[in-house]
Amino acid sequence: MGKAGRPTRNPALDGGEGAAAFLHASTKRERLMKTRSYVTAALAGLLAGALSIGVAQAQKTVKIGASAPKTGPLAVGASITHWPNVKLWVETVNARGGLKLKDGQRKIELIEYDDRTTPGEAIKNVTRLATQDKADFILAPYGTGFNLATAAIFAKFGYPMVTSTSITDKQEELVKRYPGIFFTLGSTSAFSEGVADVLKKMRGEGKIGKRVAMVNVADAFGIELANAARPVFKKAGFEIVYDKSYPLGTQDLSPVIRGAKAAKPDAFVAWSYPPDTFGLTAQAKVQGLDTKAFYTAVATAFPAFVGKFGAAAEGILGGGGIYVESPEMKAYFEAHKKITGKSPDYWASPVVYATYQVLEQAIEGVGELDRKKVTEYIKKNKFKTVVGEMDLSTGISNKFWTVGQWQGGKFHGVNSLNIPGAKPVMEKPAWK
Amino acid sequence: MTGTEKTGLAVGAAIFLAAAFVPLLSGGYGLSLAVTVVMYAVLTTSWTLFSGPTHYISLATAAFFGLGMYTVAALIDVFPYPVLLVMATAVGAVLAALIGLATLRLSGVYFVIFTLGLAEMVRQLVTWVQTTMGTSSGLVVLTGIDEPMIYWQLLALAAAVYLASWRIGRSRLGFALRIIGGDEVVARHSGINTAHAKIALFVISGSVAALTGAILAPRWTYVEPVIAFSPMLSFLVVIMALLGGVHRLWGPLLGVIPFTFLWDLVTATFPNQTALMLGLCFLLIVYIIPNGFAGLIENLIRRRPLLAG
Repeated sequence: MGKAGRPTRNPALDGGEGAAAFLHASTKRERLMKTRSYVTAALAGLLAGALSIGVAQAQKTVKIGASAPKTGPLAVGASITHWPNVKLWVETVNARGGLKLKDGQRKIELIEYDDRTTPGEAIKNVTRLATQDKADFILAPYGTGFNLATAAIFAKFGYPMVTSTSITDKQEELVKRYPGIFFTLGSTSAFSEGVADVLKKMRGEGKIGKRVAMVNVADAFGIELANAARPVFKKAGFEIVYDKSYPLGTQDLSPVIRGAKAAKPDAFVAWSYPPDTFGLTAQAKVQGLDTKAFYTAVATAFPAFVGKFGAAAEGILGGGGIYVESPEMKAYFEAHKKITGKSPDYWASPVVYATYQVLEQAIEGVGELDRKKVTEYIKKNKFKTVVGEMDLSTGISNKFWTVGQWQGGKFHGVNSLNIPGAKPVMEKPAWK
Repeated sequence: MTGTEKTGLAVGAAIFLAAAFVPLLSGGYGLSLAVTVVMYAVLTTSWTLFSGPTHYISLATAAFFGLGMYTVAALIDVFPYPVLLVMATAVGAVLAALIGLATLRLSGVYFVIFTLGLAEMVRQLVTWVQTTMGTSSGLVVLTGIDEPMIYWQLLALAAAVYLASWRIGRSRLGFALRIIGGDEVVARHSGINTAHAKIALFVISGSVAALTGAILAPRWTYVEPVIAFSPMLSFLVVIMALLGGVHRLWGPLLGVIPFTFLWDLVTATFPNQTALMLGLCFLLIVYIIPNGFAGLIENLIRRRPLLAG
């Protein structure tokens, strides 16, 4: 059902004609008749669309299920970080003939659903993929909440779940609870520690002083990061001279920046979400909050960030980062651009893709579609991915980037856990 | 109790009994659909309980639902789960009473807008509490409660809501509300304490929504303000109730069942055009059945022409 790229009739068009005809009909009776006949036509269109699903697939395929938001609050994030990778992976694997199994090669058949950014819907979709569509494997959904909500369903039906866009400090507990779950993008405490490390290094080099202004968005991830950061910063010998939160969706961020500027900080740290990452940066530029270290958390790694701020983005620190120079990463960026028509982000995108590579290599390593064996294979082997070698033997990958920095139009990783290739941190130049 | 009422009660009991066996027949997809159906059945019926007779359109369902969910999520490590269900119900009732006292003097569009803003206000309040208390937010609810258990809890709640609504419909309170819905001034002049009647019903309706949120918290596992207080939920409840028909107790259920299945079919068939297809379905529904399914069925029974309106 709902295969990608399957041409479907669009009954909306029938409805459109119906509405036009409706307006021209004169008498009430005539109008009723017309309404009825067009309604019937539209319904018939709907039904035809629904029935055409049953067309038999001539070749044997591997069914891969995917459920993530296409509508709702998280749809924009998913359209940057999640869905393009699904497309890229399926097309790449199919272009080389499909997944190599013991009984020959099989192409991937993708079944995708919209979870409408609702946990109940995500649960329903994954259950449907497992029991109705009988998907051979299911890709982990997008967003921490949705990964956690569906983890029980993946476990119940015995599917391996290699998550990417899921960051929580409960990872260890979850791995114990669900034996088939894997985490790859890091934890909140590692992120705040990463920022503290970078600031410490800059202070050691005499680039900044002790005064840190810290703001956060008053929502799940922002609060969690800020709470984790306070003790870490103090321990690293920093003085938090300004500490303020603002509600999610705040339009006017100028008071936040004005307050931070008045505290005369040496470094500015914002545990922010996509809209406020852009808003705070724009305000800081307008008000001339010039600190040698300037950090905004989520979405600093988006290509749209440098797209908006151009040269002014130079030297800005943010969550994530990648090893831009590796040949695998360069190839990934090229392929992503070619197949999906847009650039990936400089943080989670490659990790999302890497989790699919893990699944791909595990399926081929086992050579059959046995989910239990594939899960075991993931635990016992190391995988070559676009973000380097991945080891999931404990269920949690301990290699990830924590801080990145825009340098020369690219977002380079400057601080990581166990990944080589970090670029030296530079001082942020004055706003341009 | 008249003969028809007895038959109605017996039929209702038989349906609930049959529904209780769903988890034994289908552990997978059928059950997850059934959970959705029962969840919306509870929410729409309790919504109709207040909004049906009074014609006060409330968009506050998400506020109560989210608050119930948060009560469980925030305190799951402190209190046992059954206690939390009671607490969530109480929290919902208190909020509804406060809101009722403050706003039920408003009418028409003012009330609608206030209730819509309420969910947002509660969301901001919860977030503020989280920030100032410095709890580890993005609350995770890990329990041993599985889908069949959640389903049975919801089903029991649904049975309770139906019984309560039926009782209220026959009581002085129900009668008073129908008069208020007809003309509030007349109701006041006939000696009905309109404020009390409205608040009483709003409290029941709100606490049921809060309890529903509390029951679903273990299923959602991860509770975030944006998702728990989603305004979409409030809108869906209203749409489903209107689709079914709000002038009959069983009306909302007639909206919930086809709506859930229709939407499911749409999501499965057109994953990339869900919103578009859904809008189209709405148009068709409004054209063909303006009085909801309950009205349609009653018309059929009375052998009146189908599209007489």
